[in-house]
Amino acid sequence: MSTVAPGKDSRQTDALAFEAPRAEELAALLVGQERPPRPGALSASLTFGWRAMLKIKHVPEQLFDVTAFPIMMVLMYTYLFGGALAGSVSAYIQFLLPGILVMSVVMITMYTGVSVNTDIEKGVFDRFRTLPIWRPAPMVGYLLGDVVRYLIASAVMLTVGMIIGYRPDGGVTGVLLGVALLMVFSFAFSWIWTMFGLMLRSEKSVMGVSMMVIFPLTFLSNVFVDPKTMPGWLQAFVNNSPVTHLATAVRELMAGNWPAADIAWSLGWSAVFVLVFGAVTMRLYNRR
Amino acid sequence: MADLAIETEGLVKVFGTNRAVDGIDLRVPAGTVYGVLGPNGAGKTTAVKMLATLLRPDGGRATVFGRDVVRDADAVRGRVSLTGQYASVDEDLTGTENLVLLGRLLGHSRPGARERSAQLLAAFGLSEAADKQVKNYSGGMRRRIDIAASILNTPDLLFLDEPTTGLDPRSRNQVWDIVRAVVAQGTTVLLTTQYLDEADQLASRIAVIDHGKVIAEGTKGELKSSVGSGSVQVRLRHPEQRPAAERVLATALKATVQLDPDPVALTATVDGQGTDLGAAEQAARALAELAGAGITVDNFALGQPSLDEVFLALTDRKGTTA
Repeated sequence: MSTVAPGKDSRQTDALAFEAPRAEELAALLVGQERPPRPGALSASLTFGWRAMLKIKHVPEQLFDVTAFPIMMVLMYTYLFGGALAGSVSAYIQFLLPGILVMSVVMITMYTGVSVNTDIEKGVFDRFRTLPIWRPAPMVGYLLGDVVRYLIASAVMLTVGMIIGYRPDGGVTGVLLGVALLMVFSFAFSWIWTMFGLMLRSEKSVMGVSMMVIFPLTFLSNVFVDPKTMPGWLQAFVNNSPVTHLATAVRELMAGNWPAADIAWSLGWSAVFVLVFGAVTMRLYNRR
Repeated sequence: MADLAIETEGLVKVFGTNRAVDGIDLRVPAGTVYGVLGPNGAGKTTAVKMLATLLRPDGGRATVFGRDVVRDADAVRGRVSLTGQYASVDEDLTGTENLVLLGRLLGHSRPGARERSAQLLAAFGLSEAADKQVKNYSGGMRRRIDIAASILNTPDLLFLDEPTTGLDPRSRNQVWDIVRAVVAQGTTVLLTTQYLDEADQLASRIAVIDHGKVIAEGTKGELKSSVGSGSVQVRLRHPEQRPAAERVLATALKATVQLDPDPVALTATVDGQGTDLGAAEQAARALAELAGAGITVDNFALGQPSLDEVFLALTDRKGTTA
């Protein structure tokens, strides 16, 4: 067996590329090593969440969609509709901000599908899938990392809203409760995208399908206007849309009220999303 | 001895109409390097993926250390590691981050994972690149970090899927040294490769796969002897004696003699068939007959067939494969 003497050469040709592995050291590392116990489900998921954080650290450009996009949404819709719908920008922002917050964050969730789709093609997923860990951990870790992105988007939008004139009556508690509910819902809703990310073949098709789902779901809600002005058939859809329930719940929480029914609906929908789309996601993940 | 790391029976995987793996039987003894040799698209990677629990077999059965890869997948995952053709590490993360991430997923504490990661990076000659993103690594460095990731917890069975494809000779030798070190510590290695040289260097037993089937299996020696014994190369002093030498060799070896471009050289195959003599004895007699005929021989060599020749002979289908 040939071994390469470590550090035998002080001439630096290309120190990185030509630094040789050291067989004796390697041999010492391989023997007598005890395997630690397997990590629990939570620990494994948090580790994957940490991976998502590292990715943000190395590729900070990916925060564009949770910073610039939300600012654009707030400014655009406030100034576009403000005068016409509520008489003034400052009056409209009181109504709009919680809704546009819900809409933007729910829209941002769709990038999850695209990242899952591109990431799963890479070799590193084969390694994750051969690890003896809780199977959903890589996906859950993904979504935990995304929750951090959603939090950034929420903070950005609330800041912009406050600057324009949004004043939540619910105070800090109301705002935090509203954001917390939005995070729970977004985490649950994202399982739709992990499903599409695993199901569809290309990034483009994931994007296309996501648009088809997200636009009607977010626009056909009470985010912009009161549903009472809509035709009856549309009201039927809008009043039962999960986004409407969520927008109402967040709006009321931030206004200092306790909208029990809408909170319950939002959490109920969240549970349904996790149970249905989480199950389909894991089935697809295991079958790949 | 007789412990088997891998045992498969009639393993099948079908993609659409393509039977990528078409009934493979393997018995891989524990503690050895087992080579799976085959051209591109022969089904090597598909077979490995089934054994590593990444793909579900469509037929047949496979066990790793006695555990079924489908029903007992989790137990199998606890004992194997896979290094794929492409780097199975996260290219956006640094070397350290990759190893710490996997260390944590394998149950190490945060300091434990950091320590192990630093040791491995040092042993693999990657300390200086530890804080660089893997996408900035050279091909050889990538392969090393990849193997380092595979032995974070010393696996009982390591799958190396074409570990040296695309590497320069120096990096390839480094990977070979690593494989030898790993196997010396008792890990079983299943190595797929399309390089005969690599199988020759590392593997103790080899299965040759083509079109999803095992077409030959055995030790290197067995495979080589299965396609004839070798060839003799003769160099004469005088080019004008070549026609005479050709006749003598043809009679003595009962084989066709090839005239080389060099006017004093001839090559003949020694297949050891139709006689009880070994190839070497046959060749020795031929040499004696040349001397008897007054032909001056300057150089005489008996060559074993290379695994290349074995491979081409086994996979040859009207000269289209390999």
